[in-house]
Amino acid sequence: MANAIIAEQLGKTYGSVTAVVGLDLVVPEGTVLGLLGPNGAGKTTTVRMLTTLITPTSGRCEVGGIDVCAHPDKVRRIIGVSGQYAAVDDYLTGQENLEMVGRLYHLGKRRARQRAKELLEQFELTDAADRPAKTYSGGMRRRLDLAGALVVQPPVIFLDEPTTGLDPRSRLGMWGVISDLVKAGSTLLLTTQYLEEADRLCDDIVVIDHGRAIAQGTAAELKGQMGGEKLAVAVGDRSELVPAADVLRSVGVDEPEIDEQAREVTVHIERGTAALVEAVRKLDAAEITPTNLEIRKPTLDDVFLTLTGQPAEEQPGGTQ
Amino acid sequence: MSTALEAASDGWVVTKRNLLKIKRVPDLVIFSTIQPIMFVLLFAYVFGGAIATPGINYREFLIPGIFVQTVAFGAGITAIGLADDLQKGIVDRFRSLPMSRGAVLFGRTSSDLINNVFTVIVMSVTGVIVGWRINEGFLRGVAGFAILFLFAYAMSWISAVIGLSVKSVEVAQSAGFIWMFPLTFLSNAFVPTSSLPSALRPIAEWNPISSVVLALRELWGNAPAGAANGTGFPAQHPIWLAIGWCLLILVIFVPLSISRYRRAASR
Ligand SMILES: Nc1ncnc2c1ncn2[C@@H]1O[C@H](COP(=O)(O)OP(=O)(O)O)[C@@H](O)[C@H]1O
Ligand SMILES: [Mg+2]
Repeated sequence: MANAIIAEQLGKTYGSVTAVVGLDLVVPEGTVLGLLGPNGAGKTTTVRMLTTLITPTSGRCEVGGIDVCAHPDKVRRIIGVSGQYAAVDDYLTGQENLEMVGRLYHLGKRRARQRAKELLEQFELTDAADRPAKTYSGGMRRRLDLAGALVVQPPVIFLDEPTTGLDPRSRLGMWGVISDLVKAGSTLLLTTQYLEEADRLCDDIVVIDHGRAIAQGTAAELKGQMGGEKLAVAVGDRSELVPAADVLRSVGVDEPEIDEQAREVTVHIERGTAALVEAVRKLDAAEITPTNLEIRKPTLDDVFLTLTGQPAEEQPGGTQ
Repeated sequence: MSTALEAASDGWVVTKRNLLKIKRVPDLVIFSTIQPIMFVLLFAYVFGGAIATPGINYREFLIPGIFVQTVAFGAGITAIGLADDLQKGIVDRFRSLPMSRGAVLFGRTSSDLINNVFTVIVMSVTGVIVGWRINEGFLRGVAGFAILFLFAYAMSWISAVIGLSVKSVEVAQSAGFIWMFPLTFLSNAFVPTSSLPSALRPIAEWNPISSVVLALRELWGNAPAGAANGTGFPAQHPIWLAIGWCLLILVIFVPLSISRYRRAASR
């Protein structure tokens, strides 16, 4: 299988600010790579380099086997890009926005109109097709922007934080749309701040922080590195903490942690709900009534905690 | 499609997109119509009696000046439009498409030119109502308008460089216009250069605005007699000088905007 996207030691500096440094990426055709990192990690900068919008200060990259810096025009013919902030024209209707993009891909008038209709249909925007985009909700704008990236069904698609700022329902809708793209065989690079999203959509995940890749693997592998899911049991009285820990020790895979302040015991588990059921049974037998009982999935914060010893936080500038 | 055809088609697609915005925000049209009418009326009736223009009615003298000033300010819109597109990320979208490099700029300057043509039509009607006439026949009349629009187009490209440099709509709103005040007032647009302080007179006479205004006055028969037109080379060859200035502006500012566009977008 050929690689649709390759980056080798890719770097970009702005004066004294290092936005991206020594980044290596390989995305085989037909797969989805997630670029996972907090605000300021260098995700957008990476996408902009790969999509011909900015020139790297070091390293090289290839899209569809074409050197991006040497032949940006050729690369533009085979990519679709939806940037971090929806680039739709507020004063044009949904239909006009997509028709314009089609014309700029040189589709011809009729074909452009036809394609715009199809995309509006596909993205459930038909009802709003003739309204100026100014009147669209955040989720609708985002979908319209994504539709703009797909006008010519490009083989390689870049999505920069496609769900940031969306309400949970719109997010689910967007996930559906992205899954469909993947099924249709496109190669995708998407960025996100949410491990859950990367887990759901991506074959492979690269975690970046301060412009550097700090981990790579499938969602399962990354979670494995962090010890996976946790079971958390909160109790009403401090005296119940130790007996609860005893129960969790027999259910979990490592030594339970006790948080006196929160009156909570946590332990890493491997078998998900089966462990949960077992814990309920044993807690009941031990006559402990939890005030809360839940499975905690690892988040980006846990990844960062594990990988860097620091929680993911906004990074004002990766000066290194 | 050949590259040239593609480029023209891309430019036209962007032009149409810009014009649609004017249609969707009719306030823009209303104000860009009211302002020139107001200018014509204010200058004609407030200053009309106070300014001496030997051999010609002040209103006839004034109208070409107002035309030139108005299209210059109309060209300032180019800076705002481009800054807006940059700020909203629309330029990023355009730049990720396989479209021709200059299309965004040619499209923008073309739609702003069309806007200016519309404004000039409104002003011409107002001008005729207050007593302005083209006295030298149809062909010279057309030639005058051609120079006026060439000038408007050239000014749009200066404005484009400003919009691409400031990158923010708020700044473009002042930076795009502020320099036009000295440029238009230090000219023969509203008063004969002979009435200016002698230190400023050469500046006003060589000012491209003055050349364009004088060219229009000559072509349309709105020029005052003798020294009121100024002296020396600019007064003797206003038409060629006006065309020369416009071409010079284009030769400098078209490539400059295109290179600015590339850099502004690829920060
Ligand atoms: N044009 C720019 N000029 C200066 N610094 C920039 C520029 N663009 C991005 N940066 C800096 O580069 C770093 C990475 O930014 P970005 O790629 O936008 O991160 P992300 O998309 O992951 O939030 C940040 O520290 C940001 O401040
Ligand atoms: Mg970003």
